[in-house]
Amino acid sequence: MSSETKQILTTDGIPLEVSLKKAEKKNKIKAFLLVAPLLLFLIITYVFPIGEMFSRSIDDKMITNMLPKTFKEMEKWDGKELPPEDVFKAFYYDFKLLVEKQEHGKLGQRLNKEKNGFNSITKKLFRQVKRNKIDEGISIKEQIMKVHKRWRNVEYWQAIKRTAPPYTLAKYLKGMDMYYGADGSIAQVDEDRRIHRILWLRTLEIAFFVTLFCFLMGYPIAHLLATLPMKYSNLLMICVLLPFWTSLLVRTASWMILLQQQGVVNDFFVMIGLVADDSRPEMMYNKVGTYVAMTQILLPFMVLPLYSVMKTISPSLMRAGKSLGGTPFVAFWKVYFPLTIPGIGAGCLLVFILAIGYYITPALVGGASGTLISNQIAFHMKQTLDWSFASAMGLMLLTGVLVIYWIYNKLVGVDNIKLG
Amino acid sequence: MALPSYTETRYRIWHYFYIAICTFVFFFLIAPLFVIFPLSFNAEEFLVFSEGMKNLDPDAFSLRWYEDMIYGTKNPWGLAAKNSFIIAIFATIGSIILGTLAALGLSSRHMPYKGIIMATLISPMIVPLIISGVAIFFFMAKVGLAATHTGIVLAHIILGTPFVVITVTATLSGFDHSVTRAAASLGSNPVNTFMKITLPLILPGVISGGLFAFVTSFDEVVVVLFLAGLENTTIPIQMWTGLREQLSPTILAVATCLIILSTLILISAELLRRRSERLRGINR
Repeated sequence: MSSETKQILTTDGIPLEVSLKKAEKKNKIKAFLLVAPLLLFLIITYVFPIGEMFSRSIDDKMITNMLPKTFKEMEKWDGKELPPEDVFKAFYYDFKLLVEKQEHGKLGQRLNKEKNGFNSITKKLFRQVKRNKIDEGISIKEQIMKVHKRWRNVEYWQAIKRTAPPYTLAKYLKGMDMYYGADGSIAQVDEDRRIHRILWLRTLEIAFFVTLFCFLMGYPIAHLLATLPMKYSNLLMICVLLPFWTSLLVRTASWMILLQQQGVVNDFFVMIGLVADDSRPEMMYNKVGTYVAMTQILLPFMVLPLYSVMKTISPSLMRAGKSLGGTPFVAFWKVYFPLTIPGIGAGCLLVFILAIGYYITPALVGGASGTLISNQIAFHMKQTLDWSFASAMGLMLLTGVLVIYWIYNKLVGVDNIKLG
Repeated sequence: MALPSYTETRYRIWHYFYIAICTFVFFFLIAPLFVIFPLSFNAEEFLVFSEGMKNLDPDAFSLRWYEDMIYGTKNPWGLAAKNSFIIAIFATIGSIILGTLAALGLSSRHMPYKGIIMATLISPMIVPLIISGVAIFFFMAKVGLAATHTGIVLAHIILGTPFVVITVTATLSGFDHSVTRAAASLGSNPVNTFMKITLPLILPGVISGGLFAFVTSFDEVVVVLFLAGLENTTIPIQMWTGLREQLSPTILAVATCLIILSTLILISAELLRRRSERLRGINR
């Protein structure tokens, strides 16, 4: 407001501008207070725990806290030859404390992950310490070195030194089939043991092809639904919506029945003479099962966004295209198709996001060659109990999904997601 | 979809080809659901159509798997169904309350940081369930709610609210805010205005969001697999174990019941959607 114009005052004598700002602020707070309960609830129960997954995935504090004196002494050690007496002494005192707390087993297991062979030599050392065989008066270095020849090997001491930092990216490297080598550089796992990279690629491949199949099958029927008269399209819409509302496990179960070797699909193939009765193909517990079942399950998520976009396209546009001399194909390609691109983007991104994190269906019909990265995460959560590795893999997957989500948000806007 | 009489032959062929593709896709979508019905009445223990069934022999059909589902002594379906309904109902109520409030705030044009907050509130729907499962499990284990009904209900509220937020914001997008101002100018307090004016108008959106939340909770298995103990088993958990271990026809009897339930939910959701569109004045 320029100084020349007279300030407009409200009836209370407060300048109008101030009063409006105050009202605006009050409204902002009101709106925010309505959102606050859900936002707080989600932050506490959901956003923070995902953050906790991150700290868990890089956490390596356990060993840092187990060997505090050793790591302090090791700072002075150059790591090239066997460490000096002070390091051995510090290690001995740390180890003695662990024995008293009965935590030496954990140390052995953790170090064994860093370098094979630690488990047995820490057990040997434990026996010596337990029987008070180590004389604290004379050189501890000599005595420890006598316990086992590996304690005389500098590589084992280098391995201990590598565990010093409280944080590590080792789990993420493992998720990409890499590891920290002896000198701390990043090395590749042997070619025949690169299981995780295969899984990542397979997850991407399956998500990509499921999206493609959904698009190829969803586009024609969305077009049909959008162009048919209401009374027919409403009936056909049920074919899309009923699977959408039906339990995922029910749909997976029906595919298990259909695709099994004595199942309906194989019966049909035999009946039309496509395959012989004694050589029925295996269609379940492999990639085929995963593709078929996932495509059917995710198809409604492609059809619904496509339909809602196609519904808004006026049929007169196609007529105009044709009347201007385009053949139906040209009119479709130059007029109709470009107008449906927002729907294609929304549908494809949605299906891809859902497919990339699929767990239940691949676990049931996928077998060994049709499982995805989610199955690996569940395996480490439930079977190996390597929760930090499961967290690391989960976050790697999450990063990928969030990138796609961000693109989706830019292109479509999350508030434009349509349901039903 | 009758073609005009002047259509050239190649477009005629193309048109029938297109109809054929569409028929195939609709068949692909809906047919798998129908294979379950007849097999759930199978008199035998195998999950294939027996010769008797193919010949429509009445002896080949029976209700034994339905009896087994309800009266079977070893069957956990009764407990599972009870748990599923209790959890889904409480999760739905929680999702509706939190989600509707948030949607009201988000639809206000005064709402600050709308984009980022909306993205956060919707995220449980986008983040892969396995990751949500791991994160929620860590939280519930820390606060001692793992393997409790409360823990599972809270987890399902997390997963269900995005649906309520989306449907209610969609309903509110066509909402005429002058009616609430009119109520206020006539001396109604905000709570009264909400209960008497806003809520009845947005009710279709709230209920259809609630239906989504209910189905999400009722069908959810990944997160429950992490959280549930033996006491908290649900229908999806039982189906999951059944499908992994021994595929018994009892599962198909349960599946048939679930399909009937989802048909009922579909019908109510469709009726609500049409009513809501009528109210918003969208005529199609």
